[in-house]
Amino acid sequence: MTASTATQPNRVDGAGRLTPANPVRFSFDGDTYHGLAGDTLASALLANDIHLVGRSFKYHRPRGILTAGPEEPNALVGIARGAARRQPNVRATVQEIHDGLDATSQNRWPSLTADVGEVNDWMSPVFAAGFYYKTFMWPKKAWDTVYEPIIRRAAGLGVAPDQPDPDRYAARYAHCDVLVCGGGAAGLSAALAAAESGASVIVCDERAAPGGALAFETDARIDGQDGHRWATETAAKLAAMDNVRVLPRTTAFGYYAQNFVALAERLTDHLDEPAPSMARERLWQVRAKRVVIATGAIERHMVFANNDRPGIMLASAARHYLNHYGVLIGRTVGVYTANDSAYAAAFDLKRAGADIAVIADIRDTVDPALLEEAGRLGIRVLTHHAVVAAGGKLRVSSIVVRPCRGGSRQVIPVDALIMSAGWTPSVHLFSQSRGKLRFDEDGRRFLPGEYAQDCASAGACNGAANLAATVEEGLAAGEAAAKAARPKATAKPLSIKAESGGSWDGLMLGAGPNPEAGKVVKAFVDFQNDVTEKDIRLAVREGFHSIEHVKRFTTNGMATDQGKLSNMHGLAIAAEALDRPIPEVGLTTFRAPYTPVTFGTIVGHGRGALFDPTRRTPMHESHERAGAVFEDVGQWKRPWYYPRAGEDMAAAVNRECVTVRKSVGMFDASTLGKIEVVGPDAAAFLHLIYTNPFMKLGVGRLRYGIMCREDGFIYDDGVVGRIAEDRFHVTTTTGGAPRVLNHMEDYLQTEFPEMKVWLTSTSEQWAVIALQGPKAAEVLAPFVGGLDLSKEALPFMSVAEGTFAGVPMRLFRMSFAGEDGFEINVPGDYGRAAWDALHDKVAEAGGCAYGTETMHVLRAEKGYIIVGQDTDGTVTPHDAGLSWAVGKAKDDFVGIRGLKRPDLAGGGRRQLVGLRSKDGSTVLDEGAQIVADPNQPPPMDMIGWVSSSYWSDNCGGPIAMALVEGGFDRMGETLYVPMPDGVVEVEVRDTNFWNPDAESDNG
Amino acid sequence: MLLIHCPYCEEARPEIEFRHAGEAHIARPADIASLTDEEFSRFFFYRDNPKGITFERWRHLHGCARFFNAARDTVTDKFLVTYPAGEAKPDLVEAANENAKGAT
Amino acid sequence: MAEAMTIERRHPLAGHVFAGTGVALTPAHAAFRTSLRCPSASVPGLSDALGVALPRTPKTSVTEKGRSALWLGPDEWLLIDEKTDPMADLGGIDALHAAVDISHRNTAILVSGPGAADVINAGCPQDLSMEAFGTGACSRTIFGKAEIVLWRVKPSVFRIEVWRSFSDYVFGYLAEAARDGG
Repeated sequence: MTASTATQPNRVDGAGRLTPANPVRFSFDGDTYHGLAGDTLASALLANDIHLVGRSFKYHRPRGILTAGPEEPNALVGIARGAARRQPNVRATVQEIHDGLDATSQNRWPSLTADVGEVNDWMSPVFAAGFYYKTFMWPKKAWDTVYEPIIRRAAGLGVAPDQPDPDRYAARYAHCDVLVCGGGAAGLSAALAAAESGASVIVCDERAAPGGALAFETDARIDGQDGHRWATETAAKLAAMDNVRVLPRTTAFGYYAQNFVALAERLTDHLDEPAPSMARERLWQVRAKRVVIATGAIERHMVFANNDRPGIMLASAARHYLNHYGVLIGRTVGVYTANDSAYAAAFDLKRAGADIAVIADIRDTVDPALLEEAGRLGIRVLTHHAVVAAGGKLRVSSIVVRPCRGGSRQVIPVDALIMSAGWTPSVHLFSQSRGKLRFDEDGRRFLPGEYAQDCASAGACNGAANLAATVEEGLAAGEAAAKAARPKATAKPLSIKAESGGSWDGLMLGAGPNPEAGKVVKAFVDFQNDVTEKDIRLAVREGFHSIEHVKRFTTNGMATDQGKLSNMHGLAIAAEALDRPIPEVGLTTFRAPYTPVTFGTIVGHGRGALFDPTRRTPMHESHERAGAVFEDVGQWKRPWYYPRAGEDMAAAVNRECVTVRKSVGMFDASTLGKIEVVGPDAAAFLHLIYTNPFMKLGVGRLRYGIMCREDGFIYDDGVVGRIAEDRFHVTTTTGGAPRVLNHMEDYLQTEFPEMKVWLTSTSEQWAVIALQGPKAAEVLAPFVGGLDLSKEALPFMSVAEGTFAGVPMRLFRMSFAGEDGFEINVPGDYGRAAWDALHDKVAEAGGCAYGTETMHVLRAEKGYIIVGQDTDGTVTPHDAGLSWAVGKAKDDFVGIRGLKRPDLAGGGRRQLVGLRSKDGSTVLDEGAQIVADPNQPPPMDMIGWVSSSYWSDNCGGPIAMALVEGGFDRMGETLYVPMPDGVVEVEVRDTNFWNPDAESDNG
Repeated sequence: MLLIHCPYCEEARPEIEFRHAGEAHIARPADIASLTDEEFSRFFFYRDNPKGITFERWRHLHGCARFFNAARDTVTDKFLVTYPAGEAKPDLVEAANENAKGAT
Repeated sequence: MAEAMTIERRHPLAGHVFAGTGVALTPAHAAFRTSLRCPSASVPGLSDALGVALPRTPKTSVTEKGRSALWLGPDEWLLIDEKTDPMADLGGIDALHAAVDISHRNTAILVSGPGAADVINAGCPQDLSMEAFGTGACSRTIFGKAEIVLWRVKPSVFRIEVWRSFSDYVFGYLAEAARDGG
């Protein structure tokens, strides 16, 4: 024995394909063990004679390793790599070991061998299927206080990590002619045939090494060589081809419309120390012209009492552990089978040194060749016998064997039992593709029937009878797929000779013959969800006759199992209990993902700063440098206010508000949406889109416009400037920019396509600085070229083109604050420098920069609305007090008919009014409801709500706007606003709180 | 993610480039201002919701930015045909044949 | 007085660089860009005026003497020229059209190297094989959560045109994807 196997009692010299010279250290539940490079955690644990690896979900039964692949329902462990990298429910049969791997068993306390939760197993008569639904009904209150907290604590498997995931995840869209899902004999044959025909091919396999069942079928010969060697060489040959991408450790987990298939590739979980730059997993979203499904078949377990004891596993898994990993899973091994393939496993184990205590075969007749070989090896075969129970608890210690029709029991000591009830074709992906399954009566299995997409199944998943058929189907599917994807390419037909000594004949569905029926025993159908044969019978007895209902009542085949092991047994038992044929009972739906996928893989690159774009204006760095506090407005970061030393938000906003009205303030308005409307019909188009008249707006003039939807409600607003006869500069709200352009394009393209006008977003072409206040013109003047800023030359609500510090400028004389003011548009790349230059002059003049909060207060002082704040999608221009903006003489505009709807034109509408708190100090809560009588009993009659509310130093008190029923007729009335700290008395007034006679009001 | 054939880009493109835009072939009446309440409500509020073939508008928002129409089967989620805005409803038998030809 | 002043022009991606295995990211030089819209009948006249034949085939571009016209839609082209402003050549043209200066709306990132297509496919769902998206091909499309115009200027060089405020996101996403090995 070599040094590395000295500590691995079940490692067999000369068996398997791993290299004894490559030992790997890992830990399980705190103890250190050795395995070999290439081991899975399961094979390494078995090499160390550890079968017990976890506790089951519901009953906390001790569980071992059932399989050697991704279908594993029992051996789910927690894997940690440092404090932050902890992943629960990792399948030990998939996780490859590496130096330092840290694995922990789950669902047990205080330890794996002594678990308190096991009480659930003893109390299982009360925990039968549907237990939750029946038991926690009464008293109702106890649900919140007692039942749910307890159930939540007890439920779940494994412990979720409590720190942010430090790993990176990648994503990739890919296109190919042929996607091959599965890298076994069928998949590799298909990939080779497609690739040789010139198609672009992606072939993926969930395991680390290609070959599928060839890993354990050592009697397979392909192209004259050992099957596994052929697979390895073929995969290498494919990987070297320019038109092929081979993806190992990659699971095709979801099959969506039009051959869109999602693959999860695992990149680092098997590495000792992955480079920090490496992504842990990569999501592939593949669009394939053709898909070849070559997903193989999964062996079924036998259903008998205590069939979940550690040491009991699938026959193919035992063979896999021996022939690939060199691990003998037991010394005295029983075999329980309904299928020929378990014989090959038994023979391999025997030749490797195990005692085969017995082969119990439920069939009457068995292939004489198998019996002969068993005889030659000295193995006792009991045909027409069943294993009716297993003894032992933390590890199987014996089996009870009886003739199928009853008779004397034999108790046979074993330390492991291998079993096979036959093979279930993996039709998950086919079914996800919406293909219709057909029931194969002879094989008692579901196979691909009617295809819904451009795909084909090949090999064991398609019911291929043997290896030769598997390879032939693969070649044919690959060639056909390549030809379909590339009709003009010349196919290169391949021929590969394959043969295997093994047979996979024989099967059993449902519970095994059980002459001891009636006892309190657990014969598991679904190990992961702890569903027993009895649970399924109970569900049928309780009236659940649809297989979908049985599934939900019992949880059979739910969660990550997705019916890999449990489906056919559960279905057969339900069909028997219902006394209906299996195809009539039908299968439950196979859902994606085929195996669990991490959230990281689904999210991919889109986390942290890349979760969503963060949009910044050209002046952003200047705002940062000035100490601005930012506000998120959609994806934009906008300066909210600019606090100076010692100022809180209120102090900063008050100062900014007063400064603008006393001297001058500047504001970054770059985020405003802008649309250039160009063409001979530009004015006519805007005339239809806005409620206002636009035909006669003069060149160089601005107009505040309101846009409605066809229903008559305000959709957006903004200022429109006429730059030339055929050119308008339209502004929209910041948040409204994309939808307003879409709205305008919709009308232009589909309702008014004859109009000669085009729309272009210029939102980001221009950086915009709003310069507001009595000193605005004086501050601006030194920068301006080519323009006269006098009010005669550039009156209020006009626009002109000139230069700002030598760069092109569109200058709007307008104000959203009710002052003399400008909106200075310069090309984006100059925004930062223009802001900085102007800021120096503003500061010299005693002014300051102001943020969005001050902008809101200033416009509220003037009663200017903000669409989306003072409107809610049910406010008309009339409701908002903007009737003047609706062109009376117009015979058409979007919304003209909606505004005439009786409920919009009639009385009782909520209308926008101003409110002043009578106490002179309380700032109303935005969103607060308004009542006429504060003393009425609840539910009170709410007649409106507060839409905008601020403290205004300029006005010397709080100001508010509100939508109030019949508000225009309530001027001077007293209303009441109930707030958390008491009812506030308010007086209704108009919305113009500041300087009502200003020029800016005559829009 | 579906593939949608854009009649302007003349190829099938990924669904995330597109945006659905409601039922197709509902023209805004030229004399909209003079509609009765009943006529306006029919035009603006009422929509079909068929099981089976539906005619709907899409916009290739993140592509050529054109609006176009499509016939789609809501049961299979398959597009039968797409065609430029403004064209009449297509003959679906002929369209299905065209589609079949295009697919081979 | 104002004429004497000059203010600095700042590239939205100033200071951004990335060089990885198989792929490099470089902010493109400032350029004149025009969004050109016109009916089919105006195409010959505008092509003459611009000195570049506006392509009529979807997903194609034409470059002549440093001026490129990218087909974006049946009546829409993106003109890019680093040296001279196409707007200037469209000034006196009678043919019906709409031209809008968007030189500062967009910026561009050059993605180059053998891994360029794979890196872009980390966020872009289109088929970028040479067969489907060969040299000169261009299309408005999606990258992550941003809209871009993707243009293959050489077999292993793509130009990504993007609105300026999305450029930081797109550059960051490309750099993150490029770390994945291209």
